[in-house]
Amino acid sequence: MSNLEKYQKIFMDLFQVEKEELNESFSFAGEERWDSVTHLSLIAELEDTFGIMFETDDILNYGSYLNGINILKKYGVEF
Amino acid sequence: MKTLLEGKVGIVTGSARGIGAMISQFFVECGATVYANDRNIEKMHEWIETLDKDLQKNVKPIEFDITNSDEVRKEIMKIKQESGKIDFLVNNAGIEFNELIGMISKSNMEKMFQVNVFGTIEMLQTVSRIMGRQENGGSIVNISSMVGLRGNKGQLVYSATKGAVIALTKSAAKELAPKKIRVNSIAPGLTKTDMMDAADLEKLQNRINNICMGRIAVPKDIAKACAFFVSDLSEYVSGQVLAVDGCTIM
Repeated sequence: MSNLEKYQKIFMDLFQVEKEELNESFSFAGEERWDSVTHLSLIAELEDTFGIMFETDDILNYGSYLNGINILKKYGVEF
Repeated sequence: MKTLLEGKVGIVTGSARGIGAMISQFFVECGATVYANDRNIEKMHEWIETLDKDLQKNVKPIEFDITNSDEVRKEIMKIKQESGKIDFLVNNAGIEFNELIGMISKSNMEKMFQVNVFGTIEMLQTVSRIMGRQENGGSIVNISSMVGLRGNKGQLVYSATKGAVIALTKSAAKELAPKKIRVNSIAPGLTKTDMMDAADLEKLQNRINNICMGRIAVPKDIAKACAFFVSDLSEYVSGQVLAVDGCTIM
């Protein structure tokens, strides 16, 4: 499974959405199911899956599906 | 005692000397593996050399500054990857400057809050993210002080930092309990460390006179109380502050 597929699967499992729904508008602000509790679960899943530990600022700024990819790249995760 | 902490892995900060060194030593004597943290790695190696060979292999020195977020995150991640888990954290690192009101240096005040409060929070926040994903959670022990509970002249800032440690212990315990992470604090009274050798003996005796048990604490007294909080003996105990002060009248 590629890193992109792993990334998508985390979102699909956590938010119960189809792959087609994961686009630029899938964000903390625009998605009702993305609340603060889900946010911490998302961060935990991402850290476990990619073997990283986010800086606190990145946790706070991890506001969307697409922005998340850019943040993960900072930690050496290749897409 | 030899099996009290068998199989447990964790971190003790400020381990190169004094109370931190004794906590680490006692923990490995009880079967734990200790990642012993300090900024002074040379002092740490000197201390490790004094331990029995059998114990040395279970002490893993790690050098980082608990006030540096990046270092904390990277080193905690390394420990997790190496050991697979973190069962305990003892936030022992701290600094102390005693100054009378009117002579309190802002620089010393900032240093004390940086290490004693912000560093403690940094460690607690980072390690609890690991513990929160473990089936058995973990145990965090914050070393505070009796002066954080009762205050003392000449220690306004130090007592404020230790009061903050007590307050954050209680809040963290409430927030982390659902993740099976216990957070407790040890409040040592007057404790014999290297720094005390330079103390005024007459003043010291006056303070000892206020200790009902008739002696000051030794670092092992503190280490034993820490071992209780880290062990499964205290599995239903969280948010508590335990005074280890020989029943002192302050």
